[in-house]
Amino acid sequence: MKTRLFKVLLTSAVLGLGATGAATAAECIAPANPGGGWDFTCRQVGKIMFDIGAVDKPVQVTNMAGGGGGLAFNYVVSERNDDPELIVAASSATTTRLAQNAYAGMTADQVRFVGAIGIDPGVIVVAADSPYKTLSDLLDAIVADPAAFTFAGGSAVGGFDHMKPLMLLQRAGLTDITKVKYIGLDGGGDAITQTIGGFTQAMTGDMSEVVGFLKSGDIRVLAVLSDERVPGFDDIPTAVEQGYDVVAGNWRGLYIPRGVSDETFQKWAGRLQQVADSDEWKEAMAANGLAPFTLVGTDFQNYIDNLIIEIRQMSKDIGVIQ
Amino acid sequence: MDILQNLAMGFSIALSPYTLMLAVVGCFFGTIIGALPGLGPSNGVAILIPITFTLGLDATSALVLMTAVYYGAMYGGRISSILLNIPGDEPALMTTLDGYPMAKAGRAGDALVLSGVASFVGAFLATIGLLFLAPMLANVAFLFGPAEYFALYLLAFCTLGGMASNNQAKSALAAAIGLGIAMIGIDNSSGLPRLTGGNLHLFDGIDFLVAIVGLFAIAEVFFFIESHGRNTSIGVKLGKVKVPWRDIYATRWTMLRASGVGFVAGILPGAGASLGSFMAYMTEKSIAGKKGGFGTGVAKGVAAPEAGNNAAAGGALVPMLTLGVPGSGTTAVLLALLMTLNITPGPTLFTDRPEVVWGLIASLLIANVVLLLMNVPMVKIFVRVLMVPPWVLLPGVTMISFVGIYSLSGSYFDLLLMIGFGVLGYILRKLDIPTVPVILGILLGGNMENALRRAMVIADGDFLYLFSSPVSIGLWIAAIAGFIAPMFLRNLLRKPQRITD
Repeated sequence: MKTRLFKVLLTSAVLGLGATGAATAAECIAPANPGGGWDFTCRQVGKIMFDIGAVDKPVQVTNMAGGGGGLAFNYVVSERNDDPELIVAASSATTTRLAQNAYAGMTADQVRFVGAIGIDPGVIVVAADSPYKTLSDLLDAIVADPAAFTFAGGSAVGGFDHMKPLMLLQRAGLTDITKVKYIGLDGGGDAITQTIGGFTQAMTGDMSEVVGFLKSGDIRVLAVLSDERVPGFDDIPTAVEQGYDVVAGNWRGLYIPRGVSDETFQKWAGRLQQVADSDEWKEAMAANGLAPFTLVGTDFQNYIDNLIIEIRQMSKDIGVIQ
Repeated sequence: MDILQNLAMGFSIALSPYTLMLAVVGCFFGTIIGALPGLGPSNGVAILIPITFTLGLDATSALVLMTAVYYGAMYGGRISSILLNIPGDEPALMTTLDGYPMAKAGRAGDALVLSGVASFVGAFLATIGLLFLAPMLANVAFLFGPAEYFALYLLAFCTLGGMASNNQAKSALAAAIGLGIAMIGIDNSSGLPRLTGGNLHLFDGIDFLVAIVGLFAIAEVFFFIESHGRNTSIGVKLGKVKVPWRDIYATRWTMLRASGVGFVAGILPGAGASLGSFMAYMTEKSIAGKKGGFGTGVAKGVAAPEAGNNAAAGGALVPMLTLGVPGSGTTAVLLALLMTLNITPGPTLFTDRPEVVWGLIASLLIANVVLLLMNVPMVKIFVRVLMVPPWVLLPGVTMISFVGIYSLSGSYFDLLLMIGFGVLGYILRKLDIPTVPVILGILLGGNMENALRRAMVIADGDFLYLFSSPVSIGLWIAAIAGFIAPMFLRNLLRKPQRITD
């Protein structure tokens, strides 16, 4: 009896730790394994919301990896559609996949996009010892001989990282963009390692993924795909100023279930605004290479609606979907 | 010396009564999490991360707690491997091969203490390695492109031939089943789903833990039901625990070699602790030859994988800290923790935030000593958790399996899948087909295929690219040698052995 009791106590202690406060506290679903961008959004935003008092209890983070976010999307739509205490991390990858119909037929209007509180601008990176000094050097060389180049990125083929160099190369005059080679690795860090190692010629990813390597001098960022240069990284030129009109950033934000009241929607929008205004978030953004980009509530929902239309058209143009 | 100074600074940060208490608490919970089948180190650390926020821990304290849990779980995984023949976590898989037969032969206590010591040696050497070599070893990752990774996984599969079964064809069949299962999911090189039947739950493939818990734990439950509790393999008796000094001394070189192999496997991003324990076991097995009796419950077969997987756990921290590239699932979780604490691992971490790095290394050393003290004399307490009558234990194992797997993705689909794997495991065991190669096929197959596909994209389908660097050629030679050598060498080696016999 004693051993049984002991065992039950231990088991419940271990399991109970995970469920602390889950009954009433808000839950943030990160639709990926720990360690990635969505996980970062949930943990950072959840922590700051609690620290600045926007929520009473620590936000419980649940990782629900699967189908590139599709599993969590499906779960929210079909099983938690009216849960007012549920938030889900989202980014450009979410809208890209929704636009490309990669969530098994589910559409963006099945949830409500609350807001974005930062953007991770796209970057094109080469190893420090690469012969290509500017974006034009690289793009012109690829246009001349596409077969000699491979891009490495942290998303699968057809994902957002893949589309960035294709958009640039279209502007550079490459007619058959299907010739551009791309390998998808398990994350931006892996993609950089392969590029520094000389296995691929260039890396396409997000600013946050390259910050550490930039400081160590292993890589050269040829272009950042934002409107203006990123504060703190003022010596990196944008693609726009080098003559290629491409702006592609990975915004970090949240969506909530469709079935909640407008009041709940506004409540979360307000909390997100509070986080965006906090010093803690500004610090976190600076440390992780995020640029300011705050858009909450109805404005953000409109932005998303337009974005999806745009990505769908772009995906058709470059042949990712029919 | 710089390193000693830095280390002293690290200890001054990590050695306060409060952080020491956190280390002890973390080690204790880590060991239990590791021992429970299904709740592996990565789940354990992920589950406990919110606690660090609730307690309002600062960066160093949070790191001490989490690394203690991490190392603790690596230690704990062996307990259920040895006593239940159910790996507590992925890397502990290899420990079942010799640990469980040893326990059945009435030497459960010896096996537990020996594996505890081996874990300590592996983890300790790896931490020392991390201490001295981390900045240098970071560059090893740059030498490994798709072709080299493919050759590395090929090496792992080539040494698989002789394991876990007397019948090589059955081993090969099992590995092929595993490889087939590994093909399920989104094809990374084309973005198209394969063998998913349009089911979103299968888009990311089959989680390794679902397969392992199904094949081992659930299949065991089926056997229990079939035999009405008689002749079940679960529920090994544990007698008095003594320190088997002779075994420890006899396995000293095994532990050292296995630590080296495990550490190197841990450094390679994506390879991780499972490959470390596997490679360590296979290396020792081939050194010992047939006479070594691997698979029948020998001390070396317990010491090698445990030293290997704990060394790999330390090695996996190298790419995580220096490149920001996690070497295993658990280090990915630790990476998440660091980033939440506003610490971005990467090439500059050692110079930018020395207090974090050296505090972490010091806390690893502390956790390691605490774990040795906790695991050797107190092993009985942990065993108590698992030493209940089978009719209590089995429902318990079933419950823990279900809860553990549900906590992975929060979907009942994985539970159904787990039961399916249980049925598969039952059938395979009835046909006397080993299940370990199935697991290795699932574990390594996806990575191996991705590496090959990436290499082919880069080289436009030119197969010669696979042999284009010294590293890959070396690995190919080792792979071919590993595959062919046992067939010929065994005959040559047997003669002199007979004389000594």
